Amino acid sequence: MNDVAELTVEEREATLGGIGTARKRKEDARFIRGQGNFVDDVKLPGMVFGDFVRSPHAHAKIISIDTSAALAVPGIAAVVTAKDLEPLGLHWMPTLAGDVAAVLADKKVHFQNQEVAFVVGVDRYAVADGILAVEVEYEALPVLVDPKKALDDDAPILREDVVEKDSVGQGPRRHPNHIFTWEVGDADATEAAFASAAVTVKEDILYPRSHPSPIETCGCVASMDATNGVLTVYGTFQAPHVIRTVVSLITGLAESKIRIISPDVGGGFGNKVGAYPGYICAAAGSIVTGLPVKWIESRMDNLSTTAFARDYHMTGELAADANGKITAVRATVLADHGAFNTHAQPSKWPAGFFNIVTGSYDIPVGHVKVDGVFTNKAPGGVAYRCSFRVTEAAYLIERLIDALAQKIGIDKAEIRFRNFVQPEQFPYHSSLGWEYDSGDYPTALKKALAAVDYDGLRKEQAEKAARGELMGIGIATFTEIVGAGPTRNCDIVGLGMFDSCEIRVHPTGSAIVRLGTKSTGQGHETTFGQIVATEIGLPSEDIVVEEGDTDTAPYGLGTYGSRSTPVAGAACAVAARKIRAKAQKIAAHLLEVGEDDLEWEVDRFKVKGLPERAATMKEIAMAAYSNIPEGMEHGLETTSYYDPPNFTYPFGAYICVVDVDRFTGEIKVRRFYALDDCGTRINPMVIEGQVHGGLTEAFAIAMGQELLFDEMGNILGATLQDYFIPTAVETPEWETDFTVTPSPHHPIGAKGVGESPNVGGVPAFTNAVVDAFAQHGVTHMPMPHTTWRVWQTIDELGLNK
Amino acid sequence: MDKIAVKMTVNGNAVEELVEPRMLLIHFLREQLNLTGPHIGCETSHCGACTVDLDGRSVKSCTIFTCQADGGEVLTIEGLKGADGGLHPLQEGFMQEHGLQCGFCTPGMITRAHRLLQENPNPSEAEIRVGISGNLCRCTGYQNIVKAVRYAAERMNAQQEAAE
Repeated sequence: MNDVAELTVEEREATLGGIGTARKRKEDARFIRGQGNFVDDVKLPGMVFGDFVRSPHAHAKIISIDTSAALAVPGIAAVVTAKDLEPLGLHWMPTLAGDVAAVLADKKVHFQNQEVAFVVGVDRYAVADGILAVEVEYEALPVLVDPKKALDDDAPILREDVVEKDSVGQGPRRHPNHIFTWEVGDADATEAAFASAAVTVKEDILYPRSHPSPIETCGCVASMDATNGVLTVYGTFQAPHVIRTVVSLITGLAESKIRIISPDVGGGFGNKVGAYPGYICAAAGSIVTGLPVKWIESRMDNLSTTAFARDYHMTGELAADANGKITAVRATVLADHGAFNTHAQPSKWPAGFFNIVTGSYDIPVGHVKVDGVFTNKAPGGVAYRCSFRVTEAAYLIERLIDALAQKIGIDKAEIRFRNFVQPEQFPYHSSLGWEYDSGDYPTALKKALAAVDYDGLRKEQAEKAARGELMGIGIATFTEIVGAGPTRNCDIVGLGMFDSCEIRVHPTGSAIVRLGTKSTGQGHETTFGQIVATEIGLPSEDIVVEEGDTDTAPYGLGTYGSRSTPVAGAACAVAARKIRAKAQKIAAHLLEVGEDDLEWEVDRFKVKGLPERAATMKEIAMAAYSNIPEGMEHGLETTSYYDPPNFTYPFGAYICVVDVDRFTGEIKVRRFYALDDCGTRINPMVIEGQVHGGLTEAFAIAMGQELLFDEMGNILGATLQDYFIPTAVETPEWETDFTVTPSPHHPIGAKGVGESPNVGGVPAFTNAVVDAFAQHGVTHMPMPHTTWRVWQTIDELGLNK
Repeated sequence: MDKIAVKMTVNGNAVEELVEPRMLLIHFLREQLNLTGPHIGCETSHCGACTVDLDGRSVKSCTIFTCQADGGEVLTIEGLKGADGGLHPLQEGFMQEHGLQCGFCTPGMITRAHRLLQENPNPSEAEIRVGISGNLCRCTGYQNIVKAVRYAAERMNAQQEAAE
């Protein structure tokens, strides 16, 4: 209504700091000053500490637990065992996958470091003394480590608690150590395609057990207020609302009397999705002692007990014609889930979205069969920047297509062009049941090849090969499936996997935005504010984004599986558009014109044809509380619960160049180029940061991470001394690039990016390493590609002579 | 367990406290002095989240006893400030170059980088990478952290030159 001409449209747009701007992060201000508020920073009056007595055995009967000496240790307030939890019904807990898991070992232990008793005391030091004083007598049982032996007739039976059960939540099972069989696709048609194929390839490919290992371990502070019966739990939760529901289901407390707060979370990567014994025991400890109880995992506990990742033993096959056009894919998988079926993913998907194994390729038919089994190892399986087994599937197909290229003798880029789903085929229906929303794979790979001078690299490689030198070029053209998900096929403990956003615009034109997700470093406080800024025309600087407190945030399913932007980001845009729709009615009232006479421009509604007559969003916000049309309610706020119509399918083209020292086996990553297409880009700076981090995790997995066990089930190397986390010295320099193919069904066209670099990065590394040896007939090398292992390959091939 | 008296300077303030002889410096700082900037990420001195400055050297405060710091001078992230009392150039650099994501390793990383720039005011990228290799980060891939340290080095050198 005034001053409409003072700034240009572009200037006003820039003032918003909306979608597409590389805005600096709001959250940084506290972290750079050391003023973050992580769970171990939470201090409540009277707070005591709790920690576990853990099993040294991987499989053993518990004969007795004597807590008397521990209770005599100065400062010890309580020692809780399964027997104490049993009357409360808390000694076992339901898992997100439909199984049950022991909170404290009940009669036997199923994996090394399993929780046996919970010792509560005045501080960490007293508790450490108390733990040493608890005497547990075990009777060792035969241990099952190798998942390939789990279904043998004479295999030791692990889960006596469910031995009579036909199902542990994910379909029929055929052996006491069997969890599920999951099959998808057309077995007969696939077999027929293989029988008539000109060329077939088959590889046994292990994606080893690894661990996300965020620098902050898991932990919580539980406080039961006996006066009002309210249980408050601060904790490292990627999905606080789900945790509240699970705690309610386990304890029988009304959900309204449970408050879950995720304060700042120091990285999650899937490690912090599930419900762990520590949370339940801290709550039980608080009920028993009447004091707030803090439990913080040690690094060794973290690596050895909470949410490992992968452990997929895969056999993959491709059938193709003589030109390398793939005619069928087949995958047979043995999934090692450890002692309990606790993997955190949509209930109906026991092997997640592994049937995305057709990848970026137009494969007419396929068949996938996955068997899950119990072993004497820590439970888990879905974590680590992995969208529900997509990581394993992408690794398999990207490895197989390289093997196929080698067998036929065509270039590894060329075979991809011959098999890509073409841009005009979208929405593309894959033979294994997915509807890919959008993509342009050839353009992405062409751009990547040009950026690295692919032909030049191949020429250099050939020259080096002639001199006996080893250089490898790895390509990965992966497709992700993220944004779980449509509630018609995605739920967690029955809860539909929608997500939510509440927006309240205040009278003077600022806003608070609350979501059902929880940032663990992704920068939601910044990026979700950008979405809202663009949609409602208020500066992102004046928009506060809050997550993680179940008393204030709308219900949502949390942050994992790259779902925040596809689902909660969409809820943000939809909620903002509802705000704008109401604002339009108010603007029409203020400007005394019809709603249809108005058009939106950056931060205001203008009267069509009379651009000087306008109402800014700031003016409208004030009017919403002071001057509204007749019949309208006051206020300018709304909530959206967004149920995505489909998943989103980010994709990318990665190229990795390695040089291998043929005498030492040392691998040097000379170059890594990563092109990502995550649809509309909300904040390029944040996207690039996500890609850097994901690639570094992929590098760690491909080059050094593996959780190993000896034949007794002892976990080997569950410290950062042994478990590889790359430092700045080993980590390669990353080159990032992008194309933009918006998602047609997402309100702003965004797809999610957090996990892409892990999904695409790992096969790019292995493909590069194997490519260095391809000239010597090598078609696969198992991860991790440590210097020792690579040297063994070199030595076997006699290349160091 | 009998407690012993320790005296030290922490972020410029004189501190006198009683501690158990076995109390680690990180627990003393975090729990007794409420300086929760330095974090605990492992217990084997690998991750560096607990890095603080003790008598002009970077130390991992999870693997030294409080009594070993007796009489010493400790600097934590809370004590780091720019010349004008505002943000230190490193803090600015981490924000400008997107050198942090979850923020958990950040206090240790910045405190280490602060000492590195005292040791070598104009480090190359490779020297920065070696200089911060005792501090682990799982989110950023280090690339932007290296840029952040370079940013700070340039600022600090420019300030130094302006002062001369």
